[in-house]
Amino acid sequence: MITLTINGKKYEAQKGQNLLQAAIDNGIEIPHLCYHEKLPPYGGCRLCQVEVTKGEKVELTTSCTYPVSQGIQVETETPRVQKARRLVMELILTMAPDSPEIQQMARKLGIETIPGGFPSSGEKGDDCIKCGLCVRACEELVGPGSITFSSKGPERKVVPPFEEEPESCIGCGTCVHVCPTGCISMEDLGRKRKLERWKRVLSMKVCNDCSSAYIPKAQVDYYLKRTGDPYLAEWFDLCPDCR
Amino acid sequence: MNRLTSKSDLERLQKELASRKEPERPVVTLCQGTGCRAYASEKIHNAFKKELASRGLTDQVSVKSTGCHGFCEQGPIVVILPDEICYCRVKPEDIPEIVETTLLEKKTVDRLLFTDPVSGEKFARESEIPFYKYQRRVIFGKNRLVDPQNIEDYIALEGYSALAHALTEMSPDKVLLEVKKANLRGRGGAGFPTGIKWETTRNTPGEKKYVIVNADEGDPGAYMDRSILEGNPHLVLEGLAIGAYAVGAREGYVFVRQEYPLALENITEAVEQAREYGLLGKNILGSGFDFDVKVKRGAGAFVSGESSALISAIEGSAGEPRPKHVNAAISGLWGKPTSLNNVETWANVPLIMKEGSDWYSGLGSDNNPGTKIFSLVGKVNNTGLIEVPMGTPLRTIIYDIGGGIKEGKKFKAVQTGGPSGGCIPEEHLDVPVDFDRLNQMGSMMGSGGMIVMDENSCMVDVAKYFMQFLMEESCGKCTSCREGIKKMHDILEKITLGEGCETDLQQLEDLAWIIENTSLCALGSTASNPVLSTLKYFREEYETHIKDKCCPAGVCKALIRYTIEPEHCNGCGRCKKVCSVDAVEGNKGSPMTINQEFCIRCGICQEACRFNAVLVE
Repeated sequence: MITLTINGKKYEAQKGQNLLQAAIDNGIEIPHLCYHEKLPPYGGCRLCQVEVTKGEKVELTTSCTYPVSQGIQVETETPRVQKARRLVMELILTMAPDSPEIQQMARKLGIETIPGGFPSSGEKGDDCIKCGLCVRACEELVGPGSITFSSKGPERKVVPPFEEEPESCIGCGTCVHVCPTGCISMEDLGRKRKLERWKRVLSMKVCNDCSSAYIPKAQVDYYLKRTGDPYLAEWFDLCPDCR
Repeated sequence: MNRLTSKSDLERLQKELASRKEPERPVVTLCQGTGCRAYASEKIHNAFKKELASRGLTDQVSVKSTGCHGFCEQGPIVVILPDEICYCRVKPEDIPEIVETTLLEKKTVDRLLFTDPVSGEKFARESEIPFYKYQRRVIFGKNRLVDPQNIEDYIALEGYSALAHALTEMSPDKVLLEVKKANLRGRGGAGFPTGIKWETTRNTPGEKKYVIVNADEGDPGAYMDRSILEGNPHLVLEGLAIGAYAVGAREGYVFVRQEYPLALENITEAVEQAREYGLLGKNILGSGFDFDVKVKRGAGAFVSGESSALISAIEGSAGEPRPKHVNAAISGLWGKPTSLNNVETWANVPLIMKEGSDWYSGLGSDNNPGTKIFSLVGKVNNTGLIEVPMGTPLRTIIYDIGGGIKEGKKFKAVQTGGPSGGCIPEEHLDVPVDFDRLNQMGSMMGSGGMIVMDENSCMVDVAKYFMQFLMEESCGKCTSCREGIKKMHDILEKITLGEGCETDLQQLEDLAWIIENTSLCALGSTASNPVLSTLKYFREEYETHIKDKCCPAGVCKALIRYTIEPEHCNGCGRCKKVCSVDAVEGNKGSPMTINQEFCIRCGICQEACRFNAVLVE
């Protein structure tokens, strides 16, 4: 265990842990968008800024990428931290002006509207803040790696390879679940599931009992292949309600 | 097979090569750097061979391809040794005359000598040319003597002696101490002490360690690393091997951007030759030290020059930076301790071993020892690669070496440090150039780019140019850099279009703050320098653009108008002829006028006019 000070109070954290997770575990709130506890820190959104004093060095840094160490002093609400967070949030807000989730976070940081005069970026109605959670979750948590970043600089965007329907996508919806702005839609239309953003349409498996289309066939195939468990096929014959 | 198995083997080869050398024998050296090659220096090489053969002189005169000499704007460059007669802008058809006059009659071909653009004076010897005279070429100097594709050329000039000395007579700790005492600072831009970096790698426990050469130089207009790697690759390899010995690495990488095909070719060849001679591989020179090198080709992204992005690229991922709370010296390539330095830094190492840290730290200024190679480009008379001791004033570089501003115009600013550097105005021209002083002036050393600007450069436009470069080269991973730079660029564009408003400068400063303080890597944290330094020294120029909707330098197209002064125009019609949009109107013999509705402000009419009748408003 490591002891560190956050906002003047002593807390304990595990060795090897990142500072943001240590704060979360101790009930301290630091706004963040691209961090997920099941994924390695990425450092993309730049929102989780804190001030860390280590020895004589005081540094403004993202807490998700900062490994905790014995005796560091952390401040999460200094004027410098607040200024950094507010300005970063303004940049994020111009990318996702229509997202209620982002609007709410911005309001919490004292931003009511998109700051006047800042030319808005991103395609209209896009709302993607390029945090990469969908890309990383798809590849590192689920496995298929069906979407990726393309281009660089302001042109960077998340797309399926070659911007064509990704055959490897199993339609599990993890990307939809982790997206902090709600910009990835997933619709179940009878026996089809559609993920508009990835141009992906999948056939659904039907429950042997109640006939409801409850899971993409591709997802079942993926689980069967991954687990190699022949009994699992039977398990998927019934929907969760009928099991 | 020339495999060298001991230090005495190497010394024997050096003696043998020296004994083969005939000091009086004329040698025609031809620069085969990328710049001279672009002007057909390979054809010149063939033309010399052919001409010498036809006159039966092949046995009496040698022809040698060398690396870049640095004075690239005068290329292709031919230097005839031992008299050092230097010919500039040589064409294949000049060769018979050179052979006849210089090699046979021992006279100079005056029309091919360097002519000082200001004084008109001609110089025969390379070392007397002002461009070279004020330099101190301790790193770059051998480029002109060595055939980069022939290891024996390098060995003949005491090459690999420093490695042999280090391996046989010094412990790794002693090598490390020597580099620390020399206070060598990283030439890639940040100026971090190399010895400390090496020490961290050495002291981090672990069997596997790596050394890496960063040859992903990407600053616009800068090419010193390319020229060293192309022109003298063994110097870099020797430095790398010494570094590997000091930190305890057995494997090294040279990461070269793919836009440098000749550098890739020459370093790859050099690695193979060094292996063949036993200077890389197992048990180097019988010392028991094993070290080998792999050459990796980059995919051409500016950000890959950032150390963590470069490491990602070698590992096979996209060249995107990683958070650097844990230093690469501790956890770098594949999580192993890694010492990464740029080409020029590694090239300094053999010199330190050879001359010692006392000699080395006597060169340069306080806390900034050694020399630095700069790429001097822009509106100066002499452009090219220069090497000067650290602490040389900008004025010496621009006026003595660079020969002053082109066409007698007025100096306005010098941009140092590449796209993330800053613009320095005339009042600071006497400041000695080193890492610390440039930082104090709001600029940086960077890898050594130096772009000189004259009175016809608009500083808002210059800032916009660099922000556009950085915007396109940002990897896009983090919000601050990706979105912030774009917004700064958009504001600058608005200003140059005459649509700027009073709050723009404040917004630029806010954005600069956020990019500088919250970006993931150094590309972002230094990206606002071009804007901040021009705002600091040329604020009134921004204000004129915003308030008066006017570009004082006459660059921003939306804010200028070309007109024809009737009193000076004799109606020759040259301007009308060159105008691509038929905006010039009038009849031959009477003054012309410009139809503003059609004019695209390309300025070609002004260039064409011989009577200075076309004005910019």
